[in-house]
Amino acid sequence: MPWIDAIAADDVEEEDVIRWDHDDKTYVIIRSPDDEFFCTAGLCTHEHVHLSDGMVMDHEIECPRHNGIFDYRTGKALRAPACEHLSTYETKKEGDRIFVNVP
Amino acid sequence: MSDATQPHSEISSTRDYSLTGASSRQAEEVGLAAAEWYHSDVPRKTMKAMMKRRDGPALRDTAIWIALHILFAAGGIYFWGSWIAVPFWLAYGVMYGSASDSRWHECGHGTPFRTRWMNDVVYHIASFQLIRNPVNWRWSHARHHTDTLIVGRDPEIAWMHPINLFLKALAFVGFVDTWASFKTLARNALGILSDDERIYIPETEWPKAAFWARVHLALFALTALAVLLMLANGMGWKSAIPILLIGGPRVYGCWHMVLTALLQHGGLPEDVTDHRLNSRTLYMNPISRWIYWNMNYHIEHHMFPMVPYYALPALHDEIKHDLPAPNTSIWDGYKEMMGAVMKQRRDPSHAVRKTLPPTAKPYNEFLHKHVPDRSDAG
Repeated sequence: MPWIDAIAADDVEEEDVIRWDHDDKTYVIIRSPDDEFFCTAGLCTHEHVHLSDGMVMDHEIECPRHNGIFDYRTGKALRAPACEHLSTYETKKEGDRIFVNVP
Repeated sequence: MSDATQPHSEISSTRDYSLTGASSRQAEEVGLAAAEWYHSDVPRKTMKAMMKRRDGPALRDTAIWIALHILFAAGGIYFWGSWIAVPFWLAYGVMYGSASDSRWHECGHGTPFRTRWMNDVVYHIASFQLIRNPVNWRWSHARHHTDTLIVGRDPEIAWMHPINLFLKALAFVGFVDTWASFKTLARNALGILSDDERIYIPETEWPKAAFWARVHLALFALTALAVLLMLANGMGWKSAIPILLIGGPRVYGCWHMVLTALLQHGGLPEDVTDHRLNSRTLYMNPISRWIYWNMNYHIEHHMFPMVPYYALPALHDEIKHDLPAPNTSIWDGYKEMMGAVMKQRRDPSHAVRKTLPPTAKPYNEFLHKHVPDRSDAG
């Protein structure tokens, strides 16, 4: 799978999320409180709402419409109505750029 | 405050509010199901600050709520046999049968406490108080947020046409709702879900719905057993105390819940995709706001359900330039709502349409123009 140059690290604040669209697919890139970067599918598995409008708290992201919660490190669904896990993708930081390993 | 009301679709007096009928199919066909809804613009930084969870405010309010339960119940029992007991029981009833609704609602969203298990504990206690299956209602409320007041999609529409004012008045003393709730619990405890419940609850959750129904029924059975034991011990009228404490307040204390909940969407149009059209924000007295946990900011809540109740006043200030002017009081809200409801009894297509301030973006009415003709429904 190719590494794609996705965003600048400064595009997203700590403990926040940004939407990233690539190849007709939508993702979110999340910057954790400990300054690590993670990438998951961009839509909630419950009703396909964009998670980029949601909230990042510690290592969880919460869907803005129904408050379903995922662990963004693993994609695990933690709180209903989110029941299906999120897909996750590897990230790496090179300089001030964030790369994502997408299919 | 509001324009002359106007019809929003050709609607017959009989509509199909089930989630499996013609209205549901029509809503899907015209794009009303799981549609994109209007949101006021709020800078990300501001929204992040408003979404922030803190345990402090909810812990404080929950401690007060529990303390008031204890205080009012103790007063009711201590003064048993005297008229002085009556106001204590009435106040206890409101804590149990009304304040529980907003706790149920907010904790169901998971927003009041930062610590997740605290939300879950209060959610389960409040669900029991309200005789609501905590599984069913979590999912029905999620659907209510996806498809607010979309006929055939929203399982929580309070004002269904044709409107029966006698039943609505009866809701202030919760006999009918309580009976219906017990029937649902009994059905769920047997592992049976209605057609609508099967639509909005995923199959993986069905066993949980049966489990919690059984737990709730067992607790109510224990309460009834306590009454029987007290009667057997010759305690006479005092034997009513367990029922006054558990279950009973859902009947005699629900009036404030009904008073505020009917205002949320009453008299406003169905089948629109802008919460400014179908939800009502109003100002109210501080006691009602505390009981109701600020759900009087109802447009704000529907637009941004991640914002906890204690940040809703700030959210209101942030976006009020984009919202219709709030009703000034509960009374003002009822005047507007009941005026529309009385007209809706003759003409169900009638609805309040509020004027937006000049600073607001226009209503999101694209879908609104494509609302299905419901004259064949039902």
